[in-house]
Amino acid sequence: MTLEIIGTYAIGICLLIGASFALIGTIGLLKFNDPMTRLHAPTKVGTIGIGALLLASMIHSWVFTEGSLHELLIMAFLFVTAPISAHFIGKVNIHKRACATPPTPPEDDTWSTLNVPEADRDIAPHT
Amino acid sequence: MIRFYRWLFPHPLLTLLMAVVWILLQNEFSWGMAVFGLILGTIIARLTAVWWPDRPVSFRFFKMVPYVLIVLWDIMVANVQVAWIVLTRPNSKLRPAWVVIPLELRQPEAITILAGTITLTPGTVSADLSDEGHSLLVHALDTDNPEAVRDEIKNRYERRLLEIFE
Repeated sequence: MTLEIIGTYAIGICLLIGASFALIGTIGLLKFNDPMTRLHAPTKVGTIGIGALLLASMIHSWVFTEGSLHELLIMAFLFVTAPISAHFIGKVNIHKRACATPPTPPEDDTWSTLNVPEADRDIAPHT
Repeated sequence: MIRFYRWLFPHPLLTLLMAVVWILLQNEFSWGMAVFGLILGTIIARLTAVWWPDRPVSFRFFKMVPYVLIVLWDIMVANVQVAWIVLTRPNSKLRPAWVVIPLELRQPEAITILAGTITLTPGTVSADLSDEGHSLLVHALDTDNPEAVRDEIKNRYERRLLEIFE
């Protein structure tokens, strides 16, 4: 067992894990029938799917060529940006009343998405 | 002197972070690139300081390390759990719920980190913040007990973030 053989197997396993998680994320996106539950599948399963694919790429570069750390950056940016896009999609769902209306918060008046300025109250929300 | 330092480095950690990102972008280490990254980090942090008026009063970097490790572990567990739910649970048996989390955190940076953590970890997505920032709205994918989800988030993540930022 040389390093190359172990590396090849590790790359293969990582690719398989990544691809299957990405597939499961897509299945979840298609299967769930509520806009809010749909958000869960791609935000989480997608992260580890891409993470495993990037890990495979990193192992390949360290075993066969000069090492590369670019993948760490990609992972870091993904982990920072995935929650933000999910948060915005959630806000749009609330705004468009595409999901069950959330319960009122205990301390403040309302959720920031539902907080319409007084001047705009007579404008009907876009449906 | 201290005032000059504060003027030049409005966010010292941001400067360091940008230097590290610059070195990683180069993909090979050389001292020249490290110095250039620091210069870039200083200039960019100085130029964008107008949009970051407050810096966190305190930030305990060494308490951040165990937090990041816990979150990374939770992300892996969360992925397997959600994948399992996707594959085995029919839609009719799914019990989605809204969870309201009253926040003790006050710094915007800390709340942002908490919201990001919640989205990346088991079966929860943070969806909205109340209009004055005292509670966080979280959507849980599958739970029979929203109070338990709330308590777990408060104990596991918010307590640690309070220690890091206060």
